[in-house]
Amino acid sequence: MIALLRWVIWRDMVLAMRRKSEVLTALLFFVIVVSLFPLGVGPEKNTLAIIAPGVLWVAALLASMLSLNRLFADDYHDGTLEQLVISSQPLAVIVFGKIMSHWFLTGLPLVLISPVLGMQLGLDSDSIVILLLTLLIGTPVLSLIGAVGAGLTLGVRGGGVLLSLLILPLYIPVLIFGSGAVESARTGLGVEAHFSILGAFLVAAMLLAPIGAAAALRISLD
Amino acid sequence: MKIFTKAYWLQWSSPKTFYPTAGKMIPWFMISGLILTIIGLYYSFFVAPTDYQQGESYRIMFIHVPAAWMSMWLYFVMCIYASIGLIWRTRLSDMMAGAIAPTGAIFTFIALWTGSLWGKPTWGTYWVWDARLTSELILLFLYFGFIALRAAIDDPQRAARASALLALVGVINLPIIYFSVKWWNTLHQGASISIDSAPTMAATMFTAMLLMTFAFWMYSIGIALMRVRNEILEKEKNASWVQELLRDGK
Repeated sequence: MIALLRWVIWRDMVLAMRRKSEVLTALLFFVIVVSLFPLGVGPEKNTLAIIAPGVLWVAALLASMLSLNRLFADDYHDGTLEQLVISSQPLAVIVFGKIMSHWFLTGLPLVLISPVLGMQLGLDSDSIVILLLTLLIGTPVLSLIGAVGAGLTLGVRGGGVLLSLLILPLYIPVLIFGSGAVESARTGLGVEAHFSILGAFLVAAMLLAPIGAAAALRISLD
Repeated sequence: MKIFTKAYWLQWSSPKTFYPTAGKMIPWFMISGLILTIIGLYYSFFVAPTDYQQGESYRIMFIHVPAAWMSMWLYFVMCIYASIGLIWRTRLSDMMAGAIAPTGAIFTFIALWTGSLWGKPTWGTYWVWDARLTSELILLFLYFGFIALRAAIDDPQRAARASALLALVGVINLPIIYFSVKWWNTLHQGASISIDSAPTMAATMFTAMLLMTFAFWMYSIGIALMRVRNEILEKEKNASWVQELLRDGK
């Protein structure tokens, strides 16, 4: 099973590396959306620091959602996905591998660049560390939950907009506790409770989302 | 006894047997819903006493609380039907899940709307980002997502199964709504009515609220049956019994 997981991750990584621009698009989207806020709200330092946790989290959420279409779409169009579904290997493991490589390619770069954007918005260094950690725990949850939606909307007319309607409501809890943690760090309150809940989300999503996404794929390819 | 046999119960999963029976049941549910609404509204406006703190404005609770209850209850019932359809692949339960969704969405909207109308004089604001309000808003989005996904997929079987899975993912929101007032101590007050203790309100208020709840419940069943009958006709339009039904003009 580990070998299978490794194979799926390796394959998706190689495929993505052959087409680097797609990986970079989500990252650039994240950077541009965050950079728009100082222009829209005004360059006032205090205001920016107040809205920074929310802005960064919402931008991360949108960037992660926009890249979800690619999770299964290419494999679906060239027929690979069908072969994976009818293979004798457990589909949930395959899906988990695909989600992991998706997170490595779109979630992780976003997490790594977030301190720079945090500084741009005038967050202090303690809050930036918290921001980095919440995104590190939170973005995998986004990819995991999103995989269920991506599976359900596979090959559906207007899938992209529909996907956002299905997935964004389910993202709200992650958003609340993710940006909540940064907000409490900024105002000097404890962040432990937020981290515990985010961790709980991650564990629950890792357990349930691959199974849900595998079921969604079976429905879509039926 | 006939009703203790499996065959008796299984026959109701066939659209053909269900269609005429549903037709006979609809007037009963609708009329009892109407009567309960009239009695319930009479109780709400003329029998229940004026609240010593909130004055008359609290009376919108007699719509708000039952609507909020129904919004959660209908989502739960919808999920039951959806999972029955997912497990046993019965077409009729898929249709029932689809028929309940719009009514559930409407009750969710009514709960939010009446809540904000009550909030203005009492809290001084139409809307706060309180845990209960936010989770109820998410419930509305979940209903919308369910309806939109069903509408977007052409193949009816795939649409039913995909939306059923989505409904089951969203069911996690129900305990969050229900317990939100306990877990987060924010603006929305805790429950005044619970099963294991006496309600903390006048008996007539409680009666009015129960009457309105049953009125909404009866209406929901009636309207869902009407919708499911239409869907049966649409989905089974090539079946011979529907052809006969249409020819006879019934």
